[in-house]
Amino acid sequence: MADNPEIDALTPYARSLGIALDAWEDGTPILSVPFDETVEGRPEHYHGGATGGLLETAGYAALRAELARQGRSAMLKPINITVQYLAAGKSRTSYAQGRITKLGRRSANITVEAWQDDRNRPIATAVMNVIMAEPEG
Amino acid sequence: MSEQERKFDPAKATSFFTGRGHSGWLGLKYSDHGDDWVELELPWREDLLGEEGQRVLASGPILSLMDMASGMAIWRAMDEFTAIATLDLRVDYVRPAREGASVFGRSQCYRVTRSAAFVRGLAHDGEAEDPVAHIQAVFMKIAPTTRL
Repeated sequence: MADNPEIDALTPYARSLGIALDAWEDGTPILSVPFDETVEGRPEHYHGGATGGLLETAGYAALRAELARQGRSAMLKPINITVQYLAAGKSRTSYAQGRITKLGRRSANITVEAWQDDRNRPIATAVMNVIMAEPEG
Repeated sequence: MSEQERKFDPAKATSFFTGRGHSGWLGLKYSDHGDDWVELELPWREDLLGEEGQRVLASGPILSLMDMASGMAIWRAMDEFTAIATLDLRVDYVRPAREGASVFGRSQCYRVTRSAAFVRGLAHDGEAEDPVAHIQAVFMKIAPTTRL
């Protein structure tokens, strides 16, 4: 069982949106966001941007956890994200977990899945590229 | 089609979308529009920052801004308000947005078919010639009768 490192998984933006750390699984954080007005697009459904924000936050959290486990500190800079919307996000809690596909010295490639009731039926997936820069100062 | 003949007015529609929900929480505002494009403004907010220790807007709000501007660009280009859903959205973050600056999201709908709408756009923090992000997206029309 992998250790679950102390990480700052949530940015001010993520906390403001209502994202929370839900659980750890195989050393990777699972994040959740309750359905609330802050995430609502068309009535009773998630806004695509809110779902994207959850995916992106889960991707960063997975990367921070792995960097912490390796004793590395880095400033993370987004390069890009591609989100695939697979099903409408309904008015209930959504979850997301990232998986690091490749972790190099300067860059990481991460895939993320978001789901609601059934983990085998994701509502959205994402691929992200992130650059890791030396901490300033 | 002249402005008078058009039914979908992005300036008026924005307040309808931003009065509530996720767009309302972000505080999105109408900025500008053309025949097939719409620009929205995301005002600077302290609680939308990204990584700790950096005074940089998180990337999530830019994604939301572009998703919303893209949807409105599609309604503008179709000149009709029908249900649409994002299918695929790619954002390239080319540089951080300036601290304290509003970010403007401008999206253009360059092609509409019976079932899909294609958009491309950019986000900038004052000068469109120096973008902070580029986007490309595809939306599906959710129509009662979808024919190919």
